[in-house]
Amino acid sequence: MMKSRVFVILGAFGLVAALAGCSGTAGPSSADSVPADETTDGSSIASDDAQVSDTGDAAASTCTEEIGTLEMWVDDSRVAALAGAVAAFKDEQCVTVNLVRKNFDDLRADFLSQVAAGEGPDITIGANDWLGEFKANGVIAPIDISAVSSELTPAAVHAYTSEGQTYGVPYAMENIGLVRNNALVSETNATTFDELIAEAKAVGTDYTILVQVGDKGDAFHMYPIQSSFGAPIFETDPGGDYTSTLGMAGDGGHAFAEYIAKLGSQGVLSVDINDSVAKDQFKAGKAPYIITGPWNTSGDESFLDAGMDITVLPIPSAGGQSAAPFLGVQGFYLSAKSENTLLAQMFLVDYLTRADVQLDLFKAGGRRPASEEAQADPVIANDPIMAGFAAAAADAQVQPGIPAMNQVWVPLGQEQADLISGKASDPAGTWDEMITNIADAIAKSAQ
Amino acid sequence: MSAPTTDSASRKARRDAVYAPARNWGPGFIIKLVIMALIDAIGVYGIYSAWTVRSMPIVIVMIVLVIVANVVYFARRAIPAKYILPGLIFLFIFQVFVMLYTAYVAFTNYGQGHMIDKDDAIEQMESYNSQLDPSGATSTLTLLAKGDDVYFAVVIDGVAQVGTTGEALHRVEGAQVSGDAVASAPGYTVMTTGDIIAHQREITSMRVPVSPDSADGTLGTSNGTTASLYRPTLVYDEATDTLTDTQTGTVYTDDGRGSFRSADGGKPANDVGWRTGVGVANFARLFTDSAVARPFAEVLLWTIAFAFLSVATTFLLGLALALVFNSPRLRGQKFYRVLLILPYAFPGFMSALLWRAMLNTQFGVVNQTLLGGADIMWLQDPWLAKLSVIFVNLWLGYPYMFLVCTGALQAIPSDMMESARVDGASPWRQFRSITLPLLFIAVAPLLISSFAFNFNNFNLIFMLTGGGPTHGTDMTKPGGTDILISMVYRVAGVDNGNPDYGLATALSIVIFILVGAIAAFSFRQTRKLEEMA
Repeated sequence: MMKSRVFVILGAFGLVAALAGCSGTAGPSSADSVPADETTDGSSIASDDAQVSDTGDAAASTCTEEIGTLEMWVDDSRVAALAGAVAAFKDEQCVTVNLVRKNFDDLRADFLSQVAAGEGPDITIGANDWLGEFKANGVIAPIDISAVSSELTPAAVHAYTSEGQTYGVPYAMENIGLVRNNALVSETNATTFDELIAEAKAVGTDYTILVQVGDKGDAFHMYPIQSSFGAPIFETDPGGDYTSTLGMAGDGGHAFAEYIAKLGSQGVLSVDINDSVAKDQFKAGKAPYIITGPWNTSGDESFLDAGMDITVLPIPSAGGQSAAPFLGVQGFYLSAKSENTLLAQMFLVDYLTRADVQLDLFKAGGRRPASEEAQADPVIANDPIMAGFAAAAADAQVQPGIPAMNQVWVPLGQEQADLISGKASDPAGTWDEMITNIADAIAKSAQ
Repeated sequence: MSAPTTDSASRKARRDAVYAPARNWGPGFIIKLVIMALIDAIGVYGIYSAWTVRSMPIVIVMIVLVIVANVVYFARRAIPAKYILPGLIFLFIFQVFVMLYTAYVAFTNYGQGHMIDKDDAIEQMESYNSQLDPSGATSTLTLLAKGDDVYFAVVIDGVAQVGTTGEALHRVEGAQVSGDAVASAPGYTVMTTGDIIAHQREITSMRVPVSPDSADGTLGTSNGTTASLYRPTLVYDEATDTLTDTQTGTVYTDDGRGSFRSADGGKPANDVGWRTGVGVANFARLFTDSAVARPFAEVLLWTIAFAFLSVATTFLLGLALALVFNSPRLRGQKFYRVLLILPYAFPGFMSALLWRAMLNTQFGVVNQTLLGGADIMWLQDPWLAKLSVIFVNLWLGYPYMFLVCTGALQAIPSDMMESARVDGASPWRQFRSITLPLLFIAVAPLLISSFAFNFNNFNLIFMLTGGGPTHGTDMTKPGGTDILISMVYRVAGVDNGNPDYGLATALSIVIFILVGAIAAFSFRQTRKLEEMA
């Protein structure tokens, strides 16, 4: 008897859990939702508007009757930085923005699947190369930013433009550059990549120029070398938009393939140097140069954090043309399923493009703001690292956001890894094979 | 046991005593009542929340579950159901539902570019193909309401004009104009901020024709206060279910596979596809699409080899160690056993990642320390990579086999071994004729389940080699260590951000059938084993 009673109770608990699990599927996302007020630390923010001073104190709000609520997905590092804009919006427009913390790596896939299922937030933070996929799946809405576009860097706006319409509000730009360890070498005279290798060799360290490759390659970090051979991934139309026609076939591509195969056989490039090895070896003073981005120069566990004396320089050309890195643009997307389209666009266009908000975001992420007024701020204008990355981006090309790019990353990276490791013994031949394979995959995916 | 009685009254009394907690007011019943009340409360709340988001399948399933739970736990009979109901519910939610959903997806085109429904896709395509006029012309907008409908009111050439979706702008008599905006219009009410907020999605999606001639464009707003001139280039006609490009005149029709296409197979600009049923098309690709069919057979062979070798190596090593550590003469038996089980305690995918780093050609511990600076490409050479995968799986899997074999060995009656010894059997003969057959009866089902597990051991392959080394840049060719499930991951485009979930689920179902067939066959063989013993 005793036993059966225990089972009944256990069974009932099971049922409770089962029913709770069932009802959970209709509930809100499992993300850690935090009202904006709780995410701030109460510190005051720099603002033109005197009434916005205390972001943490809801009682200070001049708003008496709330007219709406927005939900916005943000990654951990930028929650605090957005609190200023959220508080200003609440004070001036009586609209609460609930910031939902997400892991940055989950944002893209979760936004895609949740909005497609009719759920998800009104707004998400994101990167410009997500645009094509979001648009092809119909999960984002166009945003009219014509009122503020003149205040933003044109390249940043262009990165969020597709077929003449803008689909996002850019806020920051990032790109890779050549980072020098001033403790090993204090002067760079090289104007070509070969001269740079020679200068670096003279230092006598284990490595010359660290470029992360890994056994699957890294087409992003290799792109400045590739572009200097006049081998852009896609051709552009007269309006400057990428087409899905590959631009890296032919002589430029062959020359690039042969060049990195040569650097691989010389040991300058190696598939055993992946992101963490490259970072650790540079930190350990084993190389005078590394090609990397602002995520490794400032912030936690970065070079500056480790007390290194570094300088950021433009990458010298390997193939004669300018060594253009990809320009990645961070920004905000509006969900196609948002029920709060007016409020969301008001927040996106009128608040998130403000120079003070973009400066806050700069302090949180170390990326150059898209707002030209914010770029002129002494905090950024007088920062030598920021100036270095900006100089390295002089000829930068917007990272392609068209869906065809999804077919490029993996094979292009693999081809580069195989060239560097020597597995691809016929550089021009395997390069042509890769072009055929990618073109086939693009054609197939467009069917 | 008392003698059976024929008195029905006393039988009933005894039954009541047995089933007392079902209805009688004892402490057990009260506890049950409280728990059931709690479950019902949660159930009703769940039904309510599912109802508010109009999720009918969940509403129906929850109502059924709540009724079934109440019937089962308050009925006098249905004793077995009382025990198995919670388990059945979990089975339904976590197994049956998932399987049915997977099977459903396999018959759809769900994947990149086909994620939303058709109505949404049409709405998005129209919106993506409705660009702002290059002139940047805007006018001050007043939002009016008449009945349930929202109207745009603008001043054009000093005249107040009103219009809505499907009703071109037209002059309204008696409207008040203040500055460049309409202040009021007879028959319409000016919307308040609250009204506007309540209708915001409707307002931003409105496109009001400027004139009956569609070439003049439409007015739309993104902020509720200014109207901008848009030039729609793609128009949907509900009557014929077609999209028309207003610039080229091309007509696009539903192709039945989740896209609009023109007569020559082209798609409209800014194309968005939708999710729809495609019948057995995904399964047919196993035979018709060379990118799927060609690698399938090749990978199947390696998958079987990998699963078989994984089971064989882990079992042999586990058994050998179990035999050694089963010896009563061994000191510190428990200590060694704990040490041996340690790899089993680490999460498998962590160990795989660790091994991936240890097998790195230039920096890995294996080459650097163990082999004194050797330059062996463990994970880059197809055959060495296969060897590495099996070796790492051996390292991960032998503790399990050791554990299982130790248990089975200890269950073999010692008198049998003793009588064999007395009969003069050699240790090898004892092992071969007594230990092994008895051991197999106990572990054979576990070996089969281990085979089935390794057949789909995605974690190990993905974390250790990613299926690689690849054949250059042709992503449709399988990598050197790709097993079926990791090949599906690649071929269906899940790993390069171009997922075709319909194809992926269809192929996983095929794999499931294969594993099921192999397992069923093996179980039949083990039954013979039992008969022999």
